[in-house]
Amino acid sequence: MPDTITLPPAPLDEAEIATAITEANAARMPVWVCGNESKAASMRPVQAGRTVSTRNLTGITLYSPTELILSARAGTPVAEIEAVLAARGQHMIAEPPDFAALFATSAPATIGGTVAANLSGPRRVAWGATRDHVMGLRAVNGTGEVLRAGGRVLKNVTGLDLCKLLTGSHGTLGVITEVTLKVLPAPERRATLVIPGLDPVRGVAALSAALGSPYGVSAAAYLPAEAAAQVPALSWIGQSATLMRLEDFASSVLYRSGRLRADLASFGLAEILDEGATRAAWASVRDATPLAAAPEQAIWRVSVRPSAGPAIAAACAALGAAWFMDWGGGLIWIAGPATEAAHAAIRRAATEARGTWMLFRAPDALRLAVDIIPPEPPTLARISARVQAAFDPNGILNPGRLRAAPRTDR
Amino acid sequence: MITQHAPKAAVMARRDSILAGLRRLLPQTGVIGDTLRLKPYETDGLAAYRQPPLAVVLPETTEQVAAVMAFCSREGVRVIPRGAGTSLSGGALPMQDAVVLGLMRMNRILDIDYADRCAVVQAGVTNIGITNAVSAEGFFYAPDPSSQLACMIGGNVMMNSGGAHCLKYGVTANNLLGLKVVTVEGEIIEIGGAHCDSAGYDWLGLITGSEGQLVIVTEVTVRILRSPEGQRAMLAAFDGVEIAGECVDAIISSGIIPVALEFMDKPCIHACEAFARAGYPLDAEAMLIIEVEGSIVEQDELLGRIKEICRRFRPISLKVSESAEESLAIWKGRKGAFGAVGRISPDYLCMDGTIPTSQLPFVLRRISEMSAACGLGVANVFHAGDGNLHPLIMFDANDPESFHKAETFGADILKLCVEVGGCLTGEHGVGVEKRDLMHVQFTETELDQQRRIKSAFDPMWLMNPSKVFPLKLPAMAAE
Repeated sequence: MPDTITLPPAPLDEAEIATAITEANAARMPVWVCGNESKAASMRPVQAGRTVSTRNLTGITLYSPTELILSARAGTPVAEIEAVLAARGQHMIAEPPDFAALFATSAPATIGGTVAANLSGPRRVAWGATRDHVMGLRAVNGTGEVLRAGGRVLKNVTGLDLCKLLTGSHGTLGVITEVTLKVLPAPERRATLVIPGLDPVRGVAALSAALGSPYGVSAAAYLPAEAAAQVPALSWIGQSATLMRLEDFASSVLYRSGRLRADLASFGLAEILDEGATRAAWASVRDATPLAAAPEQAIWRVSVRPSAGPAIAAACAALGAAWFMDWGGGLIWIAGPATEAAHAAIRRAATEARGTWMLFRAPDALRLAVDIIPPEPPTLARISARVQAAFDPNGILNPGRLRAAPRTDR
Repeated sequence: MITQHAPKAAVMARRDSILAGLRRLLPQTGVIGDTLRLKPYETDGLAAYRQPPLAVVLPETTEQVAAVMAFCSREGVRVIPRGAGTSLSGGALPMQDAVVLGLMRMNRILDIDYADRCAVVQAGVTNIGITNAVSAEGFFYAPDPSSQLACMIGGNVMMNSGGAHCLKYGVTANNLLGLKVVTVEGEIIEIGGAHCDSAGYDWLGLITGSEGQLVIVTEVTVRILRSPEGQRAMLAAFDGVEIAGECVDAIISSGIIPVALEFMDKPCIHACEAFARAGYPLDAEAMLIIEVEGSIVEQDELLGRIKEICRRFRPISLKVSESAEESLAIWKGRKGAFGAVGRISPDYLCMDGTIPTSQLPFVLRRISEMSAACGLGVANVFHAGDGNLHPLIMFDANDPESFHKAETFGADILKLCVEVGGCLTGEHGVGVEKRDLMHVQFTETELDQQRRIKSAFDPMWLMNPSKVFPLKLPAMAAE
């Protein structure tokens, strides 16, 4: 059955957004800041009297392939940007995921939302996160002021870097209205080396060897047998899959896959996936589909130093949770029971590994009951509250999205 | 000449007791108050400006830094963080009532982890020191500012330094995982770690490039990368700057991102050739240095493709290096460009604006017109792939009129950069040098937003004063 939800009217441009925020600020009314709400099921739910969506701010406003620069209004679907880039042989460097399936939504993810959540895919391990490629943005702060940060050039250290601060701030510091990204030529060819049957420790050792090789490995993931079975391009393996991707000119991919395979021979004989299978397998890893998470399950993302990945995996296995590792072992995707006990165990394992963690998807009851991201140490929390107030003195932008409002110590 | 905030009379009057207080916190040799020994700290890489500080402290541990900050914060004393003092924007210029906090004694490499591809180093380790420590295992630290032999990683973090190879590898901000920092009140905070993308606000990204306005950085966790199998440079010379710019566009349009893509104009080619004898073509109007990486076969293939593209633009000279020695020679002129210009002019100012690369021909033409109008020579060398210009304005510092003209010329170039869609500084930072031009790029609303963030970290505005923000009374605390 088609979606027939009627959405409330949304501002048509940045000026209307500024007006809406100015009014909400005057009324001290909390605002749910969003795009297409495709990630509404992520982070903590926001209790707000009013919604300000950027979904009508669409369109690519600048694309200069030779300058490796693209600007788009916040509500532009990521898929549209990818298509425009692909037509000129270029791509988004951080390979942003498509979590439509994970969040059970048909709403297309917007570029504003992707930047506001700093979402990055498998290429992050080698080429940096979305935050590394945001060269500029425009935003409306919590008093309705329009701000520009960065610019439309590739190198810019003028003033404090508000692009970095707003990227990943989940709409709590400002409403992002337009972003400017660095883009790069897409590779001519892709291939993937697969070593079947390694245990997690050996698998991550192989990934580290590959990422520490001179061959420019652009992605590195470890899927246990159950996760590999969820990926059609890998289902023939029937055991764990240690995956390493090469992206380059065709002749280089051929040469480098041969060299890498020889260098990794002590880990086992690598099979080589062709272009089509490589694209399919990494799209699955990117979108976390190997988790095969049931709707009632919670999903966590843990980021640690890669060599600590297997210990997190072991903690997940003890919980009976499904998991796989991306970013060379450094990113552990987990799906398990949506309970406080499971959350506490995962949080403990990530903290012991000196890493970071995020309850990425959960029923409202759980995400309202627990910290969904690590609390900041007291000194930093004080600075953090002051920085937030510097953008949004009345705390109207997505209150509670990242952390529950502090009780009285604010 | 640049203006600074007025020194705090109350602090100046308490100089002796402040020195005594600092001496209680640090080893004997860690506090400098003697006029003669303060002299080396009175300036940095922007030597036109000089101002001896009240005192210099040289802590050896993060805890000592914290003790100094707590003390200065209590006493209302301004603090100027300093690494090697190589800033080209006056980022470490002292004030007479301020304590310079030098991080050069914190020069230890604390941990190297090849499996996880990261290293933990103290702020006073030199940029090249990191690469030297990991090169035996075939690794390197990517950002490579021209001053890399001297400049320190703490300073690189504060200025978000770039280099010739950032078209491929990014700038400092793209090569960091974690920081240990000390707040103005003297509290120690760890930001990030050895993992990617901490949840919550991107403090790592905000602090990087903050020019000492927010915190003191004492330890840095950097990403280290495996070196490529090899690299090789080529040189292409053209009889016009426009056609050289078109060639750059054509290379990038072909899908090749060279690891470095450097551009020099005629005056710069001449200065560098006289200095380095690199075999640069003296009849060229513009020259590109293009470097690629990979195995020998891959290098041959990439350089072959690039050569073919260059031929479409009727180069007057095209030379592919046949060996590591020839590549070094090609780079020698470029790496020595600043020194080479120093030989043909008593002094020079190095500008650092970035422009959209499509504006290159127009901007270079305008710069040459401005040069003729003010009577000062200019040599242009820059990172062509990312549009980061380095016009070197030649002047005589002993002639106040010449210095004034040079400053005005420099400011006009930076205004032009902003006008065509670029920015004031690509990698050197605002410092004192470009502080009063911030209005050209930002609205007052935008500057106030940045000031409020500064106030959130540093409510009394004690950190690196008189830099970055045009002088005006700060909206003090954010709360």
